[in-house]
Amino acid sequence: MRQLAKHVAIILVTVLLGGLLGATLIRFAPGYGVDEQELDARLSAGSIEALRRASAPDENLFLFYGHYLKRMVHGDLGTSRTLQRPIAQLLRERLPDTMKSVGLGALLGWALGLALAIPVAMSRAWLVDALASVMAGILLCIPVAVLALLFVLTRAPARLVIALIVFPKVFRYARNLLVRSAALPHVLTARAKGLSHAGVFVWHVLPLAGAQLLALAGVSVSLAFGASIPVEVVCDLPGIGQLAWKAALGRDLYLLINLTMMVAVVTLAANSASDLLGGAFGRSEA
Amino acid sequence: MKWVRRAAIIFLLAVALACVFAERLAPADYAHQFRDIPDAPASAAHWLGTDDLGRDRFSRVLHGTRISLLLAPAAALIASFLAAVVGGTAGFVGGALERAVMSGTDLFLSLPWFFLLITVRALMPLNVSPITSVIITFALLGCLGWAAAARVVCADARSLKNSDFALQARASGSSGYRLLRHHLLPNLRPVLYAQFWISIPVFILTEANLGILGLGVSEPLPSWGSLLRELEGYSSVTSNAWQFAPLLLFISVVSCFHLVVLDRELPA
Repeated sequence: MRQLAKHVAIILVTVLLGGLLGATLIRFAPGYGVDEQELDARLSAGSIEALRRASAPDENLFLFYGHYLKRMVHGDLGTSRTLQRPIAQLLRERLPDTMKSVGLGALLGWALGLALAIPVAMSRAWLVDALASVMAGILLCIPVAVLALLFVLTRAPARLVIALIVFPKVFRYARNLLVRSAALPHVLTARAKGLSHAGVFVWHVLPLAGAQLLALAGVSVSLAFGASIPVEVVCDLPGIGQLAWKAALGRDLYLLINLTMMVAVVTLAANSASDLLGGAFGRSEA
Repeated sequence: MKWVRRAAIIFLLAVALACVFAERLAPADYAHQFRDIPDAPASAAHWLGTDDLGRDRFSRVLHGTRISLLLAPAAALIASFLAAVVGGTAGFVGGALERAVMSGTDLFLSLPWFFLLITVRALMPLNVSPITSVIITFALLGCLGWAAAARVVCADARSLKNSDFALQARASGSSGYRLLRHHLLPNLRPVLYAQFWISIPVFILTEANLGILGLGVSEPLPSWGSLLRELEGYSSVTSNAWQFAPLLLFISVVSCFHLVVLDRELPA
């Protein structure tokens, strides 16, 4: 329970600090408090002055931050400057698509990584090891955006790109961890006594490696979210990655900072969940 | 595996040499347009053909490789320096400072790297001169890429501080500065070298991703990101296979960096 409270506190502190940092960046970014309508040549000097007064920034940063937080608590994340729509509405529309891509990609990446790492560690399948290592090595050398482009060219399902980004990390880490665990004296003894590969894996190797593998699960969520930007841009998927890219090109800082904070909260929650699960797993095995 | 590492180093040296002498080797300037032959296939005059603006692709590959190969290590140097300062200080001082710094580093690490990068990149002006865009891109990579290395450096600095030789030095009356200057920093060097080499391929890959998304180095200056962006215009993999030469070179160079790094990681 104490661990859970600690993780919740970390997420809250991150949101508060991230919010303060984000508000500071927005407040001091060039162009803040300037309305595009001021460029309209048809407006009189009086109208322009009225527009300036209406969009005049809060002089005090903390006052500005206070207003920003108050609006955030009420679910008002502001309005996107480039798309002229409420940010909360944009997130509601686009988040499910990204969550689907990220979830599916992370799941498939893990499935492929473990499916290759387990036989390598348990039955020393050198051919599988060599092929999977080369495949993982090559995938680590290709930028996500290029991989997405190749998928578009070959008309392959674009969401699988995220799986190919998660796979090499999972395979390499899981392979090394499982091979090390499988070489421990008590595991060798169990094997020498005639326990099957499956038995050795379930009863002796997995308990040793499980907690560390769970820790990697949280990291892979962050990895998958990072990969979602180039994938969604190149493959024209309407998710938050594409939204972040549009916001970056249009220097829509309100939108960009809200997106980054939201993704940070999701990845922190995933990291916390994997830490807690890993801790619980470790304690139960002990 | 030593021969593999040697081969990787030789390949990297060959590519680096080709880039150093890019002006002599390239048949044309990277920005020169052969307007009558845009999208030309590979020929004796243009070994890798020309791009859609009629610029010689081979020349652009040489110059683009030079920019990425020169500035990725520079960014890695900035990141390693920041990691040494942050991680080294935290590990050396220890206690509450170490806990605070490492908590901050963990938080920084849990943020999605690419989201953070494009947010900070968006804060910088996008319509700048090509040279400024190169500096902004790689300086950002260096300034945001220190956290993972800082964690490793901090752990190493802590273990060095508690090692027997450091205790002996302290018992002999060495001041904090002397301990740091003569005993800890020289021993932190191998970790910093390893972190430096690990960062280079990461930064090359990130610059390529940023370039493909149009947030990296501006035209007409070539970089691997802008060269790989050309792939967007292709309709199939099989036609015009030579257009994939920049991608093949990219993969080869990044693989070689990984092979060099792999050998450095093993003893640690």
